[in-house]
Formats: sequence, structure tokens, C-alpha cells
Amino acid sequence: MPILQVSNLTKSYSGIKALDNVQLTLKSGEVHALMGENGAGKSTFMKILIGLIPADSGEIILEGKKLTGSRVNDIQRKGISMIHQEIMSIPELTVAQNIFLGREKEITGSQTGWLNDGKIRQRATALLEEMGVTISPDIKMKYLSVAQMQMVEIAKAISNNAKVIIMDEPTSAISDKEVAMLFNIIRNLKAKGVAIIYISHKMDEIFKISDTITVLRDGKYIGTKGASELDERELIHMMVGREIGSMFPESNIEKGREILSVKNLGKRNSFAEINFSVRAGEILGIAGLMGAGRTEIARAIYGLDKPDNGSIYLDGEEISIQSPDDAIKYGIGYVSEDRKGLGFIPQMSVQGNLSLGSLSKHKKGIFINANSEESVTAEMAGNLRIKSSGLAQKVTTLSGGNQQKVVIGKVLLSSPKVIFLDEPTRGVDVGAKFEIYKLIHQLAAEGMGIIMISSELPEILGLSDRIMVLSKGKQTAMLSREVATQELIMKFAVE
Amino acid sequence: MENNLQVRFRSFGQYGIYLAFLIICLVLAFSTPRFFTVSNLLTIGNQVSINALLAFGVTFVIITGGIDLSLGSMVAVTGVVAATFAHPDTYPVIVPIVIGLGAGLGIGAFNGFVVTKSKVPPFIVTLGTMTIGRGLALILSKGRPVSNLSDSFNFIGGGNVLGIPFPIIILIVAFIVCSILLNKTILGRYMYAVGGNEPAARASGIRVNNVKMWVYTICGILSAMGGILLTSRITTGQPNAGAGFELDAIAAAIIGGTSTSGGTGTMTGTLIGALLIGVISNSLDLLNVTSYYQQVVMGVIIIGAVVLDSMGKKS
Ligand SMILES: Nc1ncnc2c1ncn2[C@@H]1O[C@H](COP(=O)(O)OP(=O)(O)OP(=O)(O)O)[C@@H](O)[C@H]1O
Ligand SMILES: [Mg+2]
Repeated sequence: MPILQVSNLTKSYSGIKALDNVQLTLKSGEVHALMGENGAGKSTFMKILIGLIPADSGEIILEGKKLTGSRVNDIQRKGISMIHQEIMSIPELTVAQNIFLGREKEITGSQTGWLNDGKIRQRATALLEEMGVTISPDIKMKYLSVAQMQMVEIAKAISNNAKVIIMDEPTSAISDKEVAMLFNIIRNLKAKGVAIIYISHKMDEIFKISDTITVLRDGKYIGTKGASELDERELIHMMVGREIGSMFPESNIEKGREILSVKNLGKRNSFAEINFSVRAGEILGIAGLMGAGRTEIARAIYGLDKPDNGSIYLDGEEISIQSPDDAIKYGIGYVSEDRKGLGFIPQMSVQGNLSLGSLSKHKKGIFINANSEESVTAEMAGNLRIKSSGLAQKVTTLSGGNQQKVVIGKVLLSSPKVIFLDEPTRGVDVGAKFEIYKLIHQLAAEGMGIIMISSELPEILGLSDRIMVLSKGKQTAMLSREVATQELIMKFAVE
Repeated sequence: MENNLQVRFRSFGQYGIYLAFLIICLVLAFSTPRFFTVSNLLTIGNQVSINALLAFGVTFVIITGGIDLSLGSMVAVTGVVAATFAHPDTYPVIVPIVIGLGAGLGIGAFNGFVVTKSKVPPFIVTLGTMTIGRGLALILSKGRPVSNLSDSFNFIGGGNVLGIPFPIIILIVAFIVCSILLNKTILGRYMYAVGGNEPAARASGIRVNNVKMWVYTICGILSAMGGILLTSRITTGQPNAGAGFELDAIAAAIIGGTSTSGGTGTMTGTLIGALLIGVISNSLDLLNVTSYYQQVVMGVIIIGAVVLDSMGKKS
């Protein structure tokens, strides 16, 4: 008997079907990958499962019993837990306190309002030990890395006796080593009979960890297959409904003059002695492990942080950048890896976010020229194939990948000469990745200098003309496209 | 799956505050015949005008994620300053107006300067300014009301144009200007951006500090307009005037749907919020409710209106 059976699930937003007659059968002890392009409806589906949003129609059967009219808490108790992408925990409380938040009475068996932190601590220690995680139960949540917070969320799910654990893009912000740790935990959970629903846009992961794959496209159920019956090409075909040729476009872009160069840039406790330059039409990749200082360098050049020493030259002239608006004026753009924190304004529409960095181009005195704003943003949304019900849709209701496209579009609209792309394809589906790669090439061909930070080596290798490798804040190599290999990059990244 | 009633209630709740306003007006129209007369409506408009001006100002500030508690004190300072230059046969009436507005601009800019340079929360900064402002008003007036003002100055708060009280005209003009500023200008767009996600606004190249300077300064100018109106209406510059006005103004903005966490809010909402407060206190007068009870009823209605509104927003 399947542990979870979903049938005929449908959900519309103002007439548009986000989910259309979707089904899913989950067996205990399996890792079930849920695949689909950005906006296919994966997150919506999962939010319905855990009771966060209501479905319009459909049936969910958990262990033979129909789930009805339930709230998040009840469903958690019945055994479905979700590891959210934005982790919801209380930063000022300790790990142990967070794990058992809201269940203090159950844990300590006390009927009064007195806390028994000792007992909570004990339980948490045992739990974390059992998982094989080395996180102190006494440390405050705010000091943990994203990966560690995820582990705590998983501990919470286990302590809830979860039979189904949903993971929505759990590896989008953690390092390779941490991914390996997460996979170990997943394998342990499997052995105990827990079923995992796993969402990710990283193909290699899917084939490494999943037993079964279900594909959604445009809110519709496309099919379910064993992972061993599929290869990457077939899976992509199911997801996008068409063939995608080689991921990385062939091209031979003429390199122009040097646009940006950086000499001896340093910032205490982050990076030191960084030297590089980028020419018009060139794509410079920056590789390194998480925490190697890649993002910090981009932030310092863009004016978000102040470097301690070093100089920055634009078109051969030394410039001084005090804040991002200086950087934008000089023609430097930055697409942050932190979409929610630095990327968009949640209350604003797709259009408002797209035009935010370039409103001065739509100036009529102090007023905004609404017509030109609209036509320019509409064109960009079209070029990037942002999937929305219209420019007025609130950016937070877009799927994750489409939010990313909005952020990229915003930076492009300020017409930069050189652009930093920090993990530009994080959370972006294969089809859109392909489009973003094409876009990067096109921008380079138009004479933009591109500096791309990425943790995905295939992407770095496939796109970059040169690759700078960082390790612990030091520049350990500058490799040309011809000599670079995964092994070589990794060697310098851990140096 | 939620029940139908909840869903229906929600979609209706989107317009919660407008509906609440409408319902209350209708009830009043039926229960007190004097409510829906032209003269009473003009009275309400006249009474509401000062609070509405302050509420417009503080709406800008709250949209950027800030707060301004110094409104009431600014009313007193600017009123006293204007009154000092408004004695008959001294200066033309434009002089006290410009100096009063200038004083508001100065205090507002001071708020903006300290908030942006010190990183001290605006709540604390403007709380300080509130006390400083009150002190200044007492110092400048030597603790005594400044009276004997010119007729042309007194026209601002007491005059009529084509039968419409002048304060209502000021109110309408201010409303239109503020709405345009918020919706049609780059500065207005930036206010929403700063309040919605300040780090992202900064990373988008917005000069966050400039935007904040602007909103506190604009708020100061609108407070000064309130101060001048009040002084002219009571024909004296009162150093003790305006105490507690900030709370009514903030209440109007929040009742009107401006979120205290920043990033959302409209001038129309704030205007409705101010009118709602005005209508309620007017009708309680008409119904001969004693002032002790008035306060209780007012509080209950304010909470009720906001609860209704927030139910509409929950998704
Ligand atoms: N509250 C909402 N209002 C309007 N439309 C919505 C809302 N929530 C989701 N949608 C729409 O539903 C569709 C499915 O979105 P969902 O987030 O489930 O996609 P996803 O498969 O998780 O994509 P991604 O891989 O990019 O995260 C999208 O087109 C999205 O715009
Ligand atoms: Mg998603």
C-alpha cells in the first residue's frame, strides 16, 4: 500500500491553473523526485500537501485515510513535514529549543507552564546524535549556516515522526560537502522507511539520490518513471516537451578592449591580493568553494562593502565606488545570489521590480513616464520569457526561477558595461538555464564584459573564457578555457 | 479547504476600510438626521483637515518603514513661529506662512538627518525631537500664547471660499499633490522600494538615505501646514497645542491600510482613515455621547476597522 496517494488535485489562481488534475503515488522508503520547469507547480503542490494553501479539488490519502480540512499543525502530526526553502526558525532560540518549539509540554510531560530546558536539551542531543550531525543543541539558531539550519529542520521533522518529508530545493544554497552529508541523512531516513519527496533543478543530484521521478509541466501531470529507466536527455524532454541540444552554445566572440580591471584588492577576513581584468565580450568565471570569498569580491567592487585596499579601473581610469548607485553609474551591474535579501522588493509587481534600477531612463521631470516604463519592461519580460499572468503580478507569487529572471532583467535594464552574475542559475530549471546561457553569450557578443560566479562546475567550464579559482580568499589560479578541467579547478579550490 | 463564507468574507474584506466607512456613514445618516446636511459635512471636513495633513505626511514616512512621533510638537513650534510674524500691520501674510513652513522643513530635515546618519531607530529619534520641539515652542513663546494675529492670517483657518471652508480647500489640494507624489514620481516609487526591502533597494542603486531625508522633510512641511492652520483657526500660537496629534495621524494612516512594517500604503486609504476618525467623533457629538465614553467608542471602532481590514489582506 502506498503511504501517500494524491489524485485529481487542481488549483487555480485567478482563473489560471497552477495545478491541473495532478496525481502522485508515494511508497514508504523511496526518494521520489518531483521535476518540472520553473512555474510547473511543484512548490504549489507541496504547499497544498502540508496544508499551507487549500486545493480547489482533489483527494489526498495518507496511509489509507483521507486528509480533509487540515491545518499545517495537524498534518505535521499526521506525519507530513516540509523542509522549507526559507527556513522558518527563531534566530534567538537555541537549536534544541527550536526543534521542540510548540511541543514543550509533550516533551517534558509537564502540565504546568514551567519550562524544562534540560529535558528538551537531552532529547535534542539524542536526536542529533542519531542523525550523525555534529551541531551543538545549545548554539543559537542565528549562528548556523544554511546547511546546518536544514539539518535542524530535518531533526524537527524526525522528532515529529514524519513518514513523509518534503524537501524543496534543499541543495540550492549549500556546499558540496554539505550536500554529501544531506544525502547520507536521506539514505538513513530511507532505511527507516521514511518517504522523501525531493525537488531540485540539479540533474546529477536527481539521478544520484532518487528512486522514482514524477514530472509536471505547466501544472499538468506528465508521468512517473523509475529513475533507472530514464537518462538525462529523456527526463529533460519530459520536462520541457521538446529537445534541447547542447546546453552551452558554441561561439567565438571577438574580444575587445579591457573594460574592468582590479589590482591588489583586499578586505580583511574575506580576501586578499585579488588581481583580474575582463575585456569586452569576455566571460570570466570565478570558481571556488562556498566561503572562498567569491561573493565578497563582487560586493566590494559593486560598493555594497568597502574593500580595505586595492584599486579598480574602468576603461583604464581608476574609479572610486562608494555605493551601488556609483557602480551603476559607471556601468557595473550585479545580480546577487541572495534573491530574497538583495534581489527584489516583495510588495512590488514584476514591472516595478524590473524597472527599479533604471527609472532615471523613464524620467519626465520628477515624474515617471509610465508608457516608456511599461514598454521597456514588457520587452525585457518577453526576452527572458518570464512566466507570469502579466506585468502587474506580484513578484513573490512567481515561481522561484521566474523571480530570478526578474532580478537579472532589472540589472540588464540599467545597461551595464560589465556585469557580475552571482550564481545566476540557482533554482532555475534546465530550459531556463539554457536560455540564460544563451543570454550570457548574447550579452558578451554585444560587447558586455561578464564575470560569472558559480558553484556549478559544468556551467563555469561551459561558458567561461578564463577561470579564476579562489581558495580561502586567495587567488590560486587563472586558467584558460583550453586547459581547465573539473579536476584542475577542484585542485586549486582546496589548495 | 476552507468554507465558502470565509472566502467570501475575504474578498469583501479587501475593501474593508472603505466598506466600514460607508456602513458607518449610512448608519449615522439614518440615526441622526443632522448628519447628512451640507453644513455638518463641511464641519467634519474642516475638523478633519489638520489631522489629515499630518496623516499624509506620516504616511510617506511609514511607507519607507519609519515612524515620526514629532508631528504634534512640530505643529506647536511652527504655529508659534508663524504667529510671531503674523501680528497685524507688520509683515504681509506670506511671511509667517513661509517662515512657518520653513520651520517645519527644518525640523523634518533634522529628523531625517539624524535617522540616516546615526542608525538610531526613528522611533527614538523622533521621540527626542518631540520633546525638543515642545521645549522650543515654550522657549520661543516664553510659555505664553502668541495672540493678536492679522485678519488675513486668520483667514487661512477660518475663511470661506464660495461657501467652502478654506481648510477643506487646502486639504483637497494637499491630497492631490501627495497622491501624485506617491504614485507618479520616481521618489514615490523609491519610498515603496525602501520600505519593502531596504537592502535590495540599495543594491538596485537607490540612495536610501536621500529617500529618507525627503520623507521626513516632507512630513515636517505637512506638519507645519497643520500648525499654521491650527494657529489661524484658534487665532493664537499655542505652545501647548498639538499634543497627541501624532497618534491620531498615525492611526489614520494605519486604519487606511498603511503597514507599519513598510512597503505598502496609499493616500486614499489615509484620507479615508482620517475621515473615519472625524466622522465618528462628529457623530458621537451629535448623539450627545459624553466625552469619556467617546474615547472608549472611538478606540473600539478603530480596532474593529483595522481587524476587518487585516482579515481582507490575509491570503
Ligand atoms: N499566490 C499566487 N497568485 C498567483 N499565482 C500564483 C500564486 N502562487 C503561485 N502562482 C503561480 O502558479 C504557478 C506555479 O508556481 P510554483 O511556485 O508552484 O512553481 P514551481 O514548479 O515550484 O517553480 P520553481 O521551480 O521555479 O520553484 C506559477 O506560474 C506561479 O506564478
Ligand atoms: Mg518552487
